This record gives sequence, C-alpha cells and structure tokens, in this order.
Amino acid sequence: MPADTKPTLDHPVFKIVKDQFPGKRFRGTEYRGQSTLIVDPADAHEVLAFLRDDASCRYNFLSDLFGIDYLNYPSRTIGRFAVVYNLVSHQRDDRLFVKVFLDPSLPTDGTADDPALYLDSVVDLWPGAEWPEREVFDMFGIRFRNHPDLRRILTWESYPAHPLRKDYPLRGRGEREQYRIVDRTSA
Amino acid sequence: MGIEAALPVDGFLTTQLRRVINWARRSSLWPMPFATACCGIELMAAASSRYDLARFGMERMSFSPRQADLLIVAGRIAIKTMPVLQRIYEQMTEPKWVISMGACASTGGVFDTYAVVQGCDQYLPVDVYIPGCPPRPEQLLEGIMAIQRHIDQSGIPPTPPGGRRVPLGLVIEPTHRVRPQPVGITVGGV
Repeated sequence: MPADTKPTLDHPVFKIVKDQFPGKRFRGTEYRGQSTLIVDPADAHEVLAFLRDDASCRYNFLSDLFGIDYLNYPSRTIGRFAVVYNLVSHQRDDRLFVKVFLDPSLPTDGTADDPALYLDSVVDLWPGAEWPEREVFDMFGIRFRNHPDLRRILTWESYPAHPLRKDYPLRGRGEREQYRIVDRTSA
Repeated sequence: MGIEAALPVDGFLTTQLRRVINWARRSSLWPMPFATACCGIELMAAASSRYDLARFGMERMSFSPRQADLLIVAGRIAIKTMPVLQRIYEQMTEPKWVISMGACASTGGVFDTYAVVQGCDQYLPVDVYIPGCPPRPEQLLEGIMAIQRHIDQSGIPPTPPGGRRVPLGLVIEPTHRVRPQPVGITVGGV
C-alpha cells in the first residue's frame, strides 16, 4: 500500500469507544478523511446507542443506512455482507461510518430466513432508520430484530429473491417477463 | 382556419358521416399521459406554448383513463408499474390508441435490469413507436399526426372488416432538422 493512502486512525471517537468498551473488539479504517469504525454484529446496537448519547460523540443524526454485498470483491474482506451506518453529529459537525460485517450461514440465492443475517434494529435510536432498514432487508435479505414493520419496501411481498445480492443475476430470473398480455380482444 | 371557412355562403355542406365523425374524432384525441421519466418532460414541452399540442385538439390532458383516447407511455416501465399501466389501458374506452414514446417504453432502453420491463409492447398493443432518448416534441407530434392520419382512413367503429383492430405498429422517423434557435440577446445596449 503506498504511504499516502495508509489510513490515519486518528479519529477522536476511536479512542473514546475503545475506552468505553474495553472487552469488545473494534476495527477502524480511514479513507480521504472519512473514518469507519467496524463493530461486531452483536455489539452494534449498544455501540450505536453510546455514539448517539455520549456527550463527546453526540451523533444525533443517522444520515444513511445501507447494505453492501462483498461477493467477488477484489481484496479480502471481513465478511460477505456489510451494513453501514452513516452517522452525523450536528453539534460537533462530524461524520462517522459504523460498519457491521455479516456472513450468511445458508445459501444466498433465495429468500431463506438466515439466522446469521440478523441485526438489532436502530429504529429505537433514530426513527428515520425504519425505511432504510426495510430497504436493506428487501435488497440484501438482512433482517432486523425489533423493527416495527419489517416488510419489503420496493419489491413486492412474494418477490423470489433479494435483488442487490451479487449472486442474483442483473437481468433477474424472469420477474420482468411474467405479465399477462393485454391485446385488442381482451380490452 | 376551421370548417366554417369551407362553408358556402348559404350555410351548409354535404359530406359523408364517416368523414365527419373521423374529423371530430381525430381532432379531439385526449391523451392519457403516463409519464414516468424524462420523456415526460418532453411530453410537457410538447404541450407547452412553443410546440402547442392544443393545435391537434389535445390541450386537455386527461388524467382519468376513462376520459382518454390516447395512452402516451413516456418513460421506463418498472416491474411494479406494468400491472398499473395495463389496468389504465383497460379502463380507457374504445376507440383508443397507444403511443410508446422513447427508447425505454419501447425496449427498456439502457435499463436492462431485473426491475425494468423490456418494452411495454410485449404486454400492451402499441400503435406508434417513437424512437429517441428522449424524442423531441416534434417527433411526438409526428407520432400523433400518424395516428390522426390513420383515424382519417378508418371506418365507424374504427375496426377492419374482421372485427378486431390489430395494433398499428408504426415507427416514426424524425422529419425535422434541428437548427439553432433564433435568440437575439443584447446586454447593456451592445
């Protein structure tokens, strides 16, 4: 790795979080001034609640929440899926990414309810997380515990896949071709 | 420019019923705009004063399919939109025509993904295809005039002797030449 792209892990929140949770494992990275804190899935909700409420963090705003599928990613990653929380503190004018990696335990080509792909919902911390979490569920099949209304948001209930998974073909499996044909005799 | 200019002095003229009905029908095509993407912007431009869709008796965009004759599918059709579009088409009363406006409505365009229907003509009877991404308003008018020319030739009701009107399947080619717009601007008297 060239020296000028080596991450500088000097974000002040890294140290605060490490001191607050001495028994937990954290990883951090940085790219062009944007710092990412990588948290284990089981710890995510607790750490996020701390980041929101602690007086020296004050990440009062969840700017975005989205999923990533790292299948066939060119470099090595910690897990197959990631969920990223994009936190903003208006008081401190600061932005922090919190990333959680998840590895599936079942085949990912269908819509199976995989117990390994579960996270605690953060709707209780930031109510605005409700629809982004529904979208992550819809597109990646990652489910959220304690979500008030975890339904698919973009595709329909019986859609046979989670379409943003990289092992789902770009052109789909025929979902765009299953319509009745309306012609001049029927209408 | 209306029919009164053709009337003789004593105030009546004789014609065929079919011609009068077709004249009225093609001069009052009410479009149902189904605008889902940037083609819809060009459709709005065609309705604006510069291109003036009202010249063709279409100034009343009908946002109720039950009072429309011409469905203009302008934009890409997502997988969840296709059943809606079919229902809108079925709610329209006969006689009705369908224009597939732009590359996305006709073929899916660049959106060759699981979420976009690759051409609404697979599931709807399309009468006129207008190519372009998006087509210029002139080209949309060309497509509308193609339907008007077809109506002029049709019978009452507008069906062929076999009873079933097949979709026309016309493809419009641009006939206009794009030229710089005449804008003269002076700033500070210069």
